[in-house]
Amino acid sequence: MAEFLIETAGLPAWLSWTAIAVLSAVLILNVIAGGALVFIWAERKIAARIQDRLGPTRTGGRFGWLQSLADGIKLLAKEDLMPDGADALLFRIAPYVSFCASFCAFIALPFAFDVVGQRLNVGVFFVVAVLGLEVFGVILAGYASASKWSLFGAMREAAQVVSYEVPLGMCVVVPVMLAGSMDLVTIGEKQAGWGSNWFIFHDPFTFIIFWVYYTCALASVNRAPFDLAEAESELVAGFHTEYSGLRWSFFFMAEYGSMFLVSALAAILFLGAWNGPVPVSQLLGLSDGMAANAPYALRLLGCMNLLLKATVGVLVMMWIRWTLPRLRIDQVMTTCLKYCTPIAAAMFAGVMLWQLFLPGGLVAGSFQNAAGVREGWLEQSNNQESVNEDALSDIVPSRRIVEVSR
Amino acid sequence: MSQILDEDQRIIEFDVRTDEMLVNMGPQHPSTHGVLRLVLRTDGEIVSEMEPHIGYLHRCAEKIGENLTARQWIPYTDRMDYLAAMNMNLGWSLTVEKLLRYQVSEKARHLRILIAELNRIASHLVGMGAYGLDLGTFSPFLYAFREREKILDLLEEVCGARLTYSYITIGGMTADLPPGWLQRCEAFLDQFEPVIREYHTLLTTNAIFVKRTANVGVLSPEMAIDYGCTGPVLRGSGIDIDLRRDGESIYTAMYDGYAFEVAVMKDGHYPRDHEYPAVPQDAVLGDCWHRFFVRMLEVVQSMDLIRQSIDRYSQCKGPLGEPLKLIEKLPKGDAYLETECPKGQMGFYVVGDGTSIPWRVRARSSAFSNLAVAPELCRGCLIADVPSVVGSLDVVMGEIDR
Repeated sequence: MAEFLIETAGLPAWLSWTAIAVLSAVLILNVIAGGALVFIWAERKIAARIQDRLGPTRTGGRFGWLQSLADGIKLLAKEDLMPDGADALLFRIAPYVSFCASFCAFIALPFAFDVVGQRLNVGVFFVVAVLGLEVFGVILAGYASASKWSLFGAMREAAQVVSYEVPLGMCVVVPVMLAGSMDLVTIGEKQAGWGSNWFIFHDPFTFIIFWVYYTCALASVNRAPFDLAEAESELVAGFHTEYSGLRWSFFFMAEYGSMFLVSALAAILFLGAWNGPVPVSQLLGLSDGMAANAPYALRLLGCMNLLLKATVGVLVMMWIRWTLPRLRIDQVMTTCLKYCTPIAAAMFAGVMLWQLFLPGGLVAGSFQNAAGVREGWLEQSNNQESVNEDALSDIVPSRRIVEVSR
Repeated sequence: MSQILDEDQRIIEFDVRTDEMLVNMGPQHPSTHGVLRLVLRTDGEIVSEMEPHIGYLHRCAEKIGENLTARQWIPYTDRMDYLAAMNMNLGWSLTVEKLLRYQVSEKARHLRILIAELNRIASHLVGMGAYGLDLGTFSPFLYAFREREKILDLLEEVCGARLTYSYITIGGMTADLPPGWLQRCEAFLDQFEPVIREYHTLLTTNAIFVKRTANVGVLSPEMAIDYGCTGPVLRGSGIDIDLRRDGESIYTAMYDGYAFEVAVMKDGHYPRDHEYPAVPQDAVLGDCWHRFFVRMLEVVQSMDLIRQSIDRYSQCKGPLGEPLKLIEKLPKGDAYLETECPKGQMGFYVVGDGTSIPWRVRARSSAFSNLAVAPELCRGCLIADVPSVVGSLDVVMGEIDR
């Protein structure tokens, strides 16, 4: 895009790069904000249906589809309250820290091939790391609120999120290992073709580890049954007890943003990213299977594919939330340390051995891509220098595309 | 030493010296069932001491009763256990009738059982749903309220009120049943019976629910007796006492000819054949899970009783009988009677002095005694266990504070 501006429109490089950066940021911000609006409405409707109610029915005509907007206006109009004993600066900063962490992680998240804010060759690492920063906002909020309940919530969140980073990291490493790259776009590319190429169906271990990932993701974004930080029946509202109005809504947006993010990450890492279960475009002869050469309309379809998968992930989270009771803090820790971590470690080893001894799958030829994946992996590991070079060249993303299509 | 550790897994050794913190849970807190205030002494997540503070809902009900006639005080009993107001009405009515040596008609007797047991189901549904809320799941609450609405609709048809009924009164009822009511009640029971399985799926057998309640807040039978616990709390500890069977003759005479078995947990033994889920392995007699489960059993038991009373009521010929006058004079003397209310044994005491206004009125609350045991149960538990324990005791502040 930036090259297009430079070459065709003749704009100076710095201006076009800035313009594109602002454009991407605005788009991503709208994805989060718009997504949150839709998801909050969906959560209300889903919760209502699960509970044998109707939910919002009137706002905006039918189905109460404008309910979230009405809520947003209400939150905007609310009085800005801060407890007397609160640490004013930290109290004000905390929601934005949380929101920014959630927002920043979207930068490296590809919605389809090349439809990405900033393609990073350490995309997986970046997303997981930045998402982990969200906990800082929560801890700040809990500390600055001058409320004991908030402090309890913050401490719980800190303990929980830090613990769950371990199994989450292990789960995330598995697709990285299969694709031979930490680049989310490459990981998505490797799963092109039939649905059997998706990493979740790669071998039994990846199938199990997907569920471990989903559990850990649920815990790391604080959704039920792991929503201990806000545990309304124990801690009133946990870390956001003292928040109201717009600041509170920023925590909310961050939560929904993170929910969508981990679901999208699950889709990219395990569920074939933007590739559908059937390679329709390839069968119809619209593309040669290489996403880089595919027309832009197909990338838009890919976006839809990914959004659909991520949305399903988010809806399942809502389903879980409105069904299950909440775990206790020691049980949350037990789940992490006694179950998730060992299982993730064992599956990690399992995938490693599978890659070593059965790279082509159980039935030779049934996993067309698997052999290619292994080759690519070996090639890259043999060619350490070029990988390092990639890392440097990543500052200018356009060169990466050339690399892949080569 | 190792034996102690085996016995109580919550004994944790600290490497770092930490400070204790006093935390106020309530009176404005989502899970304290009204205006209960619990002061917790916590060390991190561990509660070393818990003390309930009560009195935020005190309305001098007993003193007011000494300035009104016995029948005029009926609406005040509604506001004690407002979730089971019919049972409160019944308790006070029976107490005054005991003082007056008055016996209601046979038809009124069956109708009283019908109404009281229907209200018991409603009360247990709230107890169950709110317990789900305490444990962080919202849906069972609305599932319970869906059915409770139907009970309230039925009771509204009977007396016009949905919460504070004042229906059962001294000497009978304020009115007879409206036409077609029994059919609607039976239709509700038929619809309600299969729904109970949903509750068991959502809560009773749910793995997380079991984890949160089994072996938490274990109330030994001895301690239950020491603290004067009654009702489902006592029966959850395996003590076989139900005033409908073991109470005073004026009360048990009401249930003459009714077949029912007391819902009590005794080493996994259930009172009658019904599709009950199995007791989870981790559950110990007297823990939160058992207290919860006894209530679920009582819902089934009450349904049986309602079916029986519908039969008997419809077979009864003759009039229902008018209630006593509003200014009925009370004889000299006193009467005390405890009845089996959904929360436990609720007692009323009345002293008459020959006028229509009682000289003394007192109420003995079951939830008060049940709450008194909570500090014992919460010692050394985690913060998350406090709502779990208090919720399993199913206290109603209106009854405790009166």
